[in-house]
Amino acid sequence: MAPAGDHMKKPSPASLILALIPFTAMCFSVSLWDRVEPLVLGLPFNLCWLITWIVLTPLCMAVAYRIEAMHDARRRGP
Amino acid sequence: MSAAAVCLATMGAIVAVGAALGFLAGVRRRMDLEQWTVAGRGFGVVLVFLLMTGEVYTTFTFLGLSGWTYSRGAPTLYGLAYLSLAYVVSFFILPPIWEVGRRHGMQTQSDFFRVRYRSRALTALVCIIGIAAFVPYVQLQITGLGIIVSIASFDTVGRTPAMAITMVLLVGFVFAGGVRAVAWVSVLKDALMLIAALAIGLGLPLLFFGGIGPMFAALIAARPAHLTMPGATSNLGHAWYVSTVLLTSLGFFMWPHGFGAAFTARNADTLRRNAVVMPLYSLSLACMFFAGFTALLVIPGLANGDLAMLTLVRRSFPPWFLGLIGGAGALTAMVPAAIFILTASTLFAKNLYRPLIAPAMTDDQVARLARGTVVVLGSVSLALAIFTSTSLVSLLLIGYAGVSQFFPGVVLGLYWRRVTAGAVLIGVLAGVVTAMALMLTHHDPCFGVSAGFLALCLNFLLVVLLSVVWPVRTTGSDASLDAFELRASVGY
Repeated sequence: MAPAGDHMKKPSPASLILALIPFTAMCFSVSLWDRVEPLVLGLPFNLCWLITWIVLTPLCMAVAYRIEAMHDARRRGP
Repeated sequence: MSAAAVCLATMGAIVAVGAALGFLAGVRRRMDLEQWTVAGRGFGVVLVFLLMTGEVYTTFTFLGLSGWTYSRGAPTLYGLAYLSLAYVVSFFILPPIWEVGRRHGMQTQSDFFRVRYRSRALTALVCIIGIAAFVPYVQLQITGLGIIVSIASFDTVGRTPAMAITMVLLVGFVFAGGVRAVAWVSVLKDALMLIAALAIGLGLPLLFFGGIGPMFAALIAARPAHLTMPGATSNLGHAWYVSTVLLTSLGFFMWPHGFGAAFTARNADTLRRNAVVMPLYSLSLACMFFAGFTALLVIPGLANGDLAMLTLVRRSFPPWFLGLIGGAGALTAMVPAAIFILTASTLFAKNLYRPLIAPAMTDDQVARLARGTVVVLGSVSLALAIFTSTSLVSLLLIGYAGVSQFFPGVVLGLYWRRVTAGAVLIGVLAGVVTAMALMLTHHDPCFGVSAGFLALCLNFLLVVLLSVVWPVRTTGSDASLDAFELRASVGY
């Protein structure tokens, strides 16, 4: 059967890996960063770590967005 | 004027402005079903965004997070992580959901299951679970409203009458304005909420300790264990954290209202862009942690942590300011509660009652039935709020344990051709029954892992196994899969 709707695509491996970065940083690695010391700007390390990753997550996903947009353009052809 | 009168007057004024905004949004429009539920599909990208963010800040954020920070400590950090990760998940699942929604004219989550799986039983089950999951979520908002009103009135208005009054107000609000009212009041509510969060989160530590740094220094000296998991609990450790973050981030867009909001977007790209920037919206949640920790140091020993933040605000600021915070908090409970009640009652009337019981109903009759359901749902939630006492965060986690069971059916439905209706039906049933059984017998967390997450794993496993050993007959069902047109999106 011919694949219908060519613009429906599965996400590229690169953007899936980019999405795994925040999941690893904020979720799976909890035992590595769930500490009070060292204090950063007066904040406990775990709190500061999560706040930092709330800011870094959009950066990861912005790159994933670029990759998906590039794939879209390539799929539509020259 | 007494302090209570000043405070209640300020709060009343804010709620009145919000309600007026809502009523004005609905006035001069004939409220038929389409207008009431999807605002005649006339929402631009800004209003869609507002509708979606409208449910990010709820009473859970406002009182629940600070309350758990106060009573449990570090495990509450899950609340800071899961929202960002929920948007990461949405980057991958909302665009394809939007795409199939466009092709098949879907309006609700039930439509998705109906089109993909062609099973009345599964569609009805998803609908029922979705509606049931809203009950604890609405109960959470009403409980929060009761807390806000009784603290703002300096304990002159009891919790029960306060909840009853706000419930009547809420039902009136949903009746009159529908979804249009909700989106417009979101603007006011989010602006006030942001101001309140900053004022409380930065102001309280400053007032009592001279800043956030000194506040943490005092906390480390006084209660060092509170700041790392499991905090003040014995069983909310790292395994609980990981499983709860996964459960809630995967489940976030499985709520029928979040799922349905995807259909209102202009295009799939809008949803992807939203997913990129939305995590930043959860930065302000950090303020609730600062407030909760400050309250723990200044007024320790409260039996109900959910009261901590407002009690401290009442002690520290003039009554009009408490009224301002209370007003912001009240809208923060009312707007999401309105969205939830609206979605649940529409699901009931349109996707459950009409197709199963009375197919001949006209749209006007469905709209009337939906409005009747609003009253029933509100009353049930109010009764539960009065007669049970569960912390706000626990209420939310009960709802998540239910809706996240849709995740395998949605994701495998999008990306795996072989998944069958029977397998998803059994998976969802097994997941919900397992989660509820563990929670009702007080086995949550179970071996340190969130009960809802264990149930989700079982569900996923069952769906995959049953789809493999009990494959769909290829002749008849191929047509429906072709109609779904998602095969191209996956490599199988």
